[in-house]
Parts: sequence; structure tokens; C-alpha cells
Amino acid sequence: MLLILCPYCGPRAEIEFRCGGESHIERPGPYSEVDDGAWADYLFTRKNPKGEHRERWLHAAGCRQWFNVARDTVSHTILAVYPMGKTRPPTEAGT
Amino acid sequence: MSDMAQPNRLPAGGAIEGRVDRNRPLAFTFDGKSYSGYAGDTLASALIAAGVKLIGRSFKYHRPRGIFSAGPEEPNALIELRGGARREPNTRATTIELYDGLEAASQNRWPSLAFDILAINQIASPLFVGGFYYKTFMWPASFWEKVYEPLIRRAAGLGRASESPDPDHYEKAYAFCDVLVVGSGPAGLAAALAAGRSGARVILCEDDAQLGGRLLSERQTIDDAPAHLFAAAAGGELRSLPNVCVMSRTQVFGAYDSEVYGALERVADHVTAPAAGVPRQRFWHIAAKRCVNAMGATERPIVFGGNDRPGVMLASAVRTYLNRFGVLPGRKAVVFTTNDDGWRTAADLVAAGAQVEAVVDPRASVDENLTKAAAAGGVRVLLGGYIVNVTGGARGVTSAIVSVAGKRQILTADLVAVSGGWNPQVALTTHRGGKPRWSDALSTFVPGDLPDGMTVAGAANGDLGLAESLRKGSEAGAAAAAACGFSAAPAPQPRAEDEPTAVAPLWHVAESRHKAFVDLQNDVTADDITLAHAEGFRSIEHLKRYTTLGMATDQGKTSNLNGHAMMAALTGQAMSDVGTILSRPPHQPVAIGAFAGHHRDRHFRPTRHTAGHAWALENGAVMVEAGPWLRPQYFPRSGEKDWLTTVVREVRTVRSVVGVCDVSTLGRIDIQGRDAAAFLDRVYVNTFSTLPVGKARYGVMLREDGFVMDDGTTSRFAEDHYVMSTTTANAAKIMQHLEFCHQALWPELDVSMVSVTEQWSQYAVAGPKARELLMQLYGPDVDLSNDALPYMGCREIPLRGIPTRLFRISFSGELAYELAVPARYGAAVLEALMALCGALGGCPYGTEAQSVMRIEKGHVAGNELNGQTVARDLGLGRMMSTKRDYIGRVMAGRPALMAPDRPTLVGIRPVEKGRRLTAGAHILPGGAAAVAANDQGYVTSVAYSPTCEGWIGLALVVNGPARHGERVHAFDAMRNNDQDVVICSPVFVDPEGVRLRG
Repeated sequence: MLLILCPYCGPRAEIEFRCGGESHIERPGPYSEVDDGAWADYLFTRKNPKGEHRERWLHAAGCRQWFNVARDTVSHTILAVYPMGKTRPPTEAGT
Repeated sequence: MSDMAQPNRLPAGGAIEGRVDRNRPLAFTFDGKSYSGYAGDTLASALIAAGVKLIGRSFKYHRPRGIFSAGPEEPNALIELRGGARREPNTRATTIELYDGLEAASQNRWPSLAFDILAINQIASPLFVGGFYYKTFMWPASFWEKVYEPLIRRAAGLGRASESPDPDHYEKAYAFCDVLVVGSGPAGLAAALAAGRSGARVILCEDDAQLGGRLLSERQTIDDAPAHLFAAAAGGELRSLPNVCVMSRTQVFGAYDSEVYGALERVADHVTAPAAGVPRQRFWHIAAKRCVNAMGATERPIVFGGNDRPGVMLASAVRTYLNRFGVLPGRKAVVFTTNDDGWRTAADLVAAGAQVEAVVDPRASVDENLTKAAAAGGVRVLLGGYIVNVTGGARGVTSAIVSVAGKRQILTADLVAVSGGWNPQVALTTHRGGKPRWSDALSTFVPGDLPDGMTVAGAANGDLGLAESLRKGSEAGAAAAAACGFSAAPAPQPRAEDEPTAVAPLWHVAESRHKAFVDLQNDVTADDITLAHAEGFRSIEHLKRYTTLGMATDQGKTSNLNGHAMMAALTGQAMSDVGTILSRPPHQPVAIGAFAGHHRDRHFRPTRHTAGHAWALENGAVMVEAGPWLRPQYFPRSGEKDWLTTVVREVRTVRSVVGVCDVSTLGRIDIQGRDAAAFLDRVYVNTFSTLPVGKARYGVMLREDGFVMDDGTTSRFAEDHYVMSTTTANAAKIMQHLEFCHQALWPELDVSMVSVTEQWSQYAVAGPKARELLMQLYGPDVDLSNDALPYMGCREIPLRGIPTRLFRISFSGELAYELAVPARYGAAVLEALMALCGALGGCPYGTEAQSVMRIEKGHVAGNELNGQTVARDLGLGRMMSTKRDYIGRVMAGRPALMAPDRPTLVGIRPVEKGRRLTAGAHILPGGAAAVAANDQGYVTSVAYSPTCEGWIGLALVVNGPARHGERVHAFDAMRNNDQDVVICSPVFVDPEGVRLRG
């Protein structure tokens, strides 16, 4: 039962959110210059780290905004929450 | 109440009288027999008062069992509470508040509690030793499922679940606070007071109905007054503070991530049935910045022969029954204790007027004050002694056999009070992975690493003395509040004493030769531990699974430590190395219903109704689920013998006159912004930036892996304004997909989108008279001619001041429109449409007729958009733009998805005229064997076509378009419907599209 700090709505219960898996995955392009390996990576290859993992979450039953969550996969501690398209802030924000 | 009815109730006015409300007698039944108790009793205390000793039969051996504890740790006194649909098995008599009319029954006995035939299991007990299910009943193998397991399950078991639906309802609720205090014993009360007085938002949860914890059960004093008065006063002060919420009958059962705690509030378990509108229980998620865990400790028993007989009871429980409930669990007692605390039971029994035969303490010497006090009460002291066996039967304990320095003596007794020391309740500290720490001083595990935000105070932390508990609780409460930014002037500490609590470890009386129980609820004996050791199951995790130690509904609250210590003695390990089983939430059993809350039955997924729902029902529609919606499936008229008759009539009416269909459930997404066109070009395979304003276009969307995800028409109302439609089933999924694409992939695009499915009602008007009908609706001022609104045109047209949108799109293949109106006018517009439609000789039609007509036209739907098809498979390959990138473009180009021999959309007709087709049939070349190697595709959709006057179907067939006219075999052994079919064009009606352009 994570308490997740939505950057737009504040702290809300996990049940309102949906996890979209690993974040910071760039869609490769332009398409005519991307080789098969890059497409396969984009579609299928995902990290499974022990420790900090950067994920994208959707506040599905809230503001409907996607955002980034840096989460420790061992302790489930949320280390930082930050908008899409931004890099993880250096200081520990989060809940 | 007479003494006859409650022979073991202590008289009012005596030195010990308890604090039940003797002015409020309550009637209850146990196994059909009537008894009485008082308000403030538990079922257990009322049964003791009534002289009932035998409560149930044990799990494996059907041994007679009584009441062992006075709290939630109870392993023995499990009963079926209530009857009918509310019957709840395995309920602990020690936690049930007595109410008038309570019905309880013993369980796991046949034919009766007093005479239980299956007690024969005791004689067969060698068959039931630890791990028995791994080695007995093994032969023959086929007998396990059919014979042995059902037999064992009947013989060994607990209560019977009600098989009716739960008539009660449950709520979920959320709470937020600065400081959560768990438990209201001395430490919890002191913590809540300290935090509450500082102004912090405090929630105090207490499992019991009353605040006070052990203060309710002991003859201690605080500030020179009985301790229970301190509890009452503290409760009063806490309830008066606006920043403090006191929740009794609420057990905190789990500590979760992000400092969220799970708690169960028993709202109506103390009454016969919940009042109207009141939930039975409420499941709280409590988000707390800090938590003071003051859950207290559980007394542990000692393992010795006959330690399960009715009348063997935890020493602290005896004090609870005396001091809180005013009932006498026995008249002639022996106290067996390894620690100073147990001696208080002897003193309290004497004060209550019972005879205490002896205090048996294995320690060679104890505090002089203890022995002096015992002597003053006429109690023999047997230091260095052990109880090796307790005799008795279904009527209870008859004697205890004590061994002192190798000499045995028999003490007549009907009550044996046992204390092996106290185990702090470490559960909440371990739920997030913390490991408890072994304490040599206390001979038990105490909290080790604590979860973020939690401190532990009082007995839960191993601080057993009253003064220490109060002080540590107060400090923990103040510190927790301070961590949240609140402070208060220190208040004077209440005056109390720290009573002696010395303890010596003793787990098992090795001299015992009789059956000695480690886990009372699962009937795990000392011999089972020895056997597990001998057979190599020595790690405590193996021990648990091999013997089932600690796996019963009590999760080993009174048994785990003894079992683990006995194994440690056998292996020669230190307890700090052995460790303990980590507990997971819930700490106590929680009804599944509480977790489900209102999300059950129809509430699990609310049914959505369109604005035209009531009209459809009034007009006899048969409804069908479509995604989350209900839609009219068909509108039968009197005299129509079956659904097919109705559907044929509806199709013929649409194709020859006109029909109206509610299509409001299709997803609608309003897309606006400077880059709306560019955005659509990236999510559809075909181009929407070239779509003129006032036009609609059919579009296909792929998943990024290249397969078709959804289809629908999208219309352009302005340069920067589109309205997209999706299929009913995918409305939410496509909305989420578009949001993801915009926010995660292309945040630079200036585009906004919102789902407007529920804001608009939409009606398809189809048939040769569709235009005539709409002209009547809009009146003569609106030009609906083919030039003004051509095929695939769309316009915003006001209708008597209502903004409407009219789309010239057709799913049926007829001259057709879709009329969208704001949902609040949906019902009115539908009525107006239907009145005009009826006057023209038309009719409403449902999803069945719609489906028949789309199959006649070869339009794909959910059966074809099945997640395994690419656009080319569906004959839509030419729509795919070759000039630009879009979602799925690259992966759709994978060689296997481009292969010419992929199954591709065709139509089929039966060779035998009039024969019914079945969807799901597999296509085989004529004469080929029905094996997978010969499979050439399958039938996706079938319908009886009134227009073709026969069955038609759509299928995906290898090289399909090149095989029109070929006769193949449709294999359907499942439904015994093998037949030859002919491949044809998937468009059965009006292939040139003359009608829809008319």
C-alpha cells in the first residue's frame, strides 16, 4: 500500500495509480534509420534492478497524468517523484 | 441471576467482583442450550461463569479442549458463531463480546461434543504424527484423492463455513494522522496522551471494546487508585481532545509500505446483526507519519504432559477472568510458572476465595517477597518443581502430577495456571522485513530493526513493568509528536510501581511421558518436534511445514517460540542463531469480505446505462452486456417465436425502410490543439492531416508491435478539432493509449484530449428513409441533401437550440447517419426519433441486427480485431501510409507479418443451402485430414443473412483473396458441424456501395 506523491495532486493511495514499468525509454527514430536491434530493445528489453528503479506511473483514477517515480525495489521506498521528460532530481524528494 | 445459572460468577461486593454490568443480564445459547451472562462479558467469560469447561475438539486427535486464554491468541476455544448465512467458523470465544441472543456452537465433533467418536484418532495417533500426509496413506496412489484425503478432511478439521452469500456489507475507509498509537495498555495510553496533548493528530486503535489493555485485568494501582480507573480517565481525556480519534474494537493487523497501516474496525460484531445501513466491519487504511507500537505481549505456555486439557489456562488469563469479568475459572488451582509475574495469579486466586494448592516454579530460588506472600495465602511453594502431567478428560482437569527433585506428588486440582514468560508482540515490526532480536534477559524475541516511522513502547518492547511502560510510552508519544513538529510541556508521570518480572527459560518439561502439546490448535506435540529433528527437518522453516507448527488460524501465537526453542535444544544452536518465523500481515484473521468492501456482486464493476436505457426497456428490449454497458440486443414483438425471427425482421426493416440504433456506447474522444492533426497521423496508420474540415474518415490504429488495436471513424470539425470514435470495448484503453503517446512519447505536441463518451448520446439512423426521417426531425430549414451532407460528411447543426452533430457514416451499408446530441437530451431526442421512425414504418434495432448487417457488408469487428491480426490480414493494408512513421509501423513490417500466406479476410457460404455455419470452425483444404498441419485458418463471425436468405460468415484463410470460389472444408468437431463451404468476397451486400452513397 504505497502512498504515492502525485506531482499534480499530492499524496494519494496506490490504488489510484497504475504502474507503466520502466521509464526514460525513448522511442527510436527516425524509423528508416533504426535497426532491428534498437526496435527490439525499445519494445522488449527492460531493466530489473535490485535497488533504485525509475518507473513511469499514471494517476489513472486522478489527474490522468503520467510521471516518473524512482523507487527502491527492495524496500519499496519512493526516492523521488518527477514529471515526464525530466531527469531524476539529485536530492531525495518523494514521500 | 441465581448462582445456579452462573455457578462460577464471583459474588458482587467481594474482594474481587469484576466489572461486568450485573444490571444487564444477557441470554445466549451454546450448542442449543440456554445460558446467561452480563454485559461486558466475552463469550468465554460467560461460558466459564456458567461452568462450561468443554468448548471444542482438537484438530487431529479430537481431544477435549477448553478455554486457554482470554484474548486473541486463543488456540482452543474456537466456535461457530451465529447461524444461517451469518455462521462464522473458527471464531475465538475469548474475543466475542456477549450480546443478547448470541448463538454459538462447538465444532469438529460428531455426534456430540461430549461423545466424539473420532476421539479414536488418539489411539490411531501414530498415523497422524508430523508429516503424516507425506508418508502414510500413500498406497495405492489413486486412493489419496478419492479415499484418504476426504476421510482425513472429515476427521480433521475446524468449523463449517456458511455456504450462503454473506448478507452483511463491509466498508473501506482512509485516515491520515501524525501519530498512530496501536494498543491502549499503559504504554499506549501514555503515548496517546503525550502526543494528543501536544496537538498532533492522533489515532489510537484498540482491539478490545474497552481501553486499558492489561490495566483491566490486573489489581495494580496508578496514582494510588485502581489502574482501570486511570484507563477510564485517560480514555475520557483522549476522547475530549479534538485532534485525537479513539477507535476501539479496531485491530491494526498490518504495517505496509509508505507507513500505511491496515486496521479492521468491528462495527457491528457485538450485536446480533448490523442495523440497516451499517456495515459489519470497516477496513481502514491509516497513513501515519509516525507509529507508536504498544501492542503489548502474549504470555507463552509451557509444554508438558496433558497441557491441553480443559482447565489448563494461561496464568494471565486467569487474572483477566477474575479481575475483569468476576468469574472463577477453577476452585482448586495449581500455578506453574517460570517467572515472577505468574505468582500474581496465585495471589489473585486466593483473594477471590479459591484454593491454591501450590505454586510450582522450576527456579531454585525466587524473590523472598513472592514466597512470603504465597505462604500468607496458605499456598505451598514448590521451587525446583515441574508439572510432568495433568490428568483429566472431557469434564476437565482432575489433578496435576508434580515432580520436585525427582519425587513425584499428585495435587488434586481443577485449574492449572501456566506461565512461561511473556513474548512481545513483534508482528507489526516484521511486516516490512525487520528481524526480531533475541533477548537473553527475557528469554524471548524483542523488536529488532524497526520499519520507518515506528517506535515500540511498553511490553511490546519487552518493558514489562507498569511504571516503565507508562514512562516509555509517554516518551515515545512525545517523541513521535515532536517528529511531526508538535511539542508539549512535560506532564508529571503517573505514580506506579515496577513489579518484579524475573524469568528463567523453560520450554518443555522433558520428564513428561504423556502427550505434550506445542501447538494446541494444530495438535503438534513435543514428539513431533523430536521426530522432525530425527528426520532432518531442522530449520524452523522446515519444522513449520513438516509438522504444521504455527500454521493454524492463530499462526502460532502461543506455540512458535516453544517449538523453535525445543528444536534449538535438539540441534544445540543458540536462539539468536535459530531466529524466528517472520510473520506477514494480517496479524489476526480478517474476513475476505472486509478486503472486498463494496466491490462485490454488481458493485464489482458498475453497469453503465445510456440515456436511452429506460426507453429501450419500456419498448421490450432484451439487453446484452457490451463492455461495461448494457445495450439493446433486439426488440422482440409479440408473436415472434424466437430471437432470430426478431432480428430478421429488424434487418429487413432497416434495409427496406429505416431503423434507429443506440450507438452511444462507442468511445468518443475529443482531440484539440494546433498539433491535433500531426498527433493523429502518428497514432493512425492512415492520414488525418489531409482530412478536410466537415469530413469523417475511417481509421485503423496499431499497437507498437504492429498488430491492429482498434478502429473507428474520426471527424474533423475545425483545423484544430477532431472527434475520434473507438469501439465500445476499447474506449478506456484507447484513451489511455493516446494519453501515454502524448505525455510519454511526444510531449512537445500541442494537443489536448478528453473522453466525451458520456457527454454525448449518439443514434444511428439507417435505411432508405433515413434522410426523410432526419429532415422531419430537423425541419425544412436544414438542407440534408447529398450535396449538403455527402457520404462521410459531418456537420454541427442546431436542433431547436440544442447543439447536435450529424455524421453521414454507415456501418450497415445503407444510407445512414449518426446523430450525436448532448447526453442530457439523449432520451428526448431518442423518443422524437422513434416517433418519426415508427410513422415511416421503421423500427428500433439492436446489436444483433447491427452485427448481421456488418457481416453482410464485410466490416471487421471485435472477432476480427482479435489481437492476432495485422491490417493486411483484414484487407486494410492499403490504408497504411508509406510516407511517414506511426505507432506500429516498423514492427508491422516484420517479414512474418508481411508474409503473403497469412490468413486473410474472406467471406464463406455453406455449400448445403440453408445449413447453419459456426464461428470458430477451422478451414481445411477439401479432403485433407483434420490435423494442425493442414489448418488454413478459421471462421471468425457468422450470421443468418435475411438479405442473402442463408447463413454467411467471415473467415481468415491462407491466401484468402486469391481463393474466391474455392470449395474448402469447415471443421468443427466441437459442435459436430463439419461441412463444406465456398470462399467468397467478404462483402455480401451492395459491394459497389451504391446504397450508402444514395
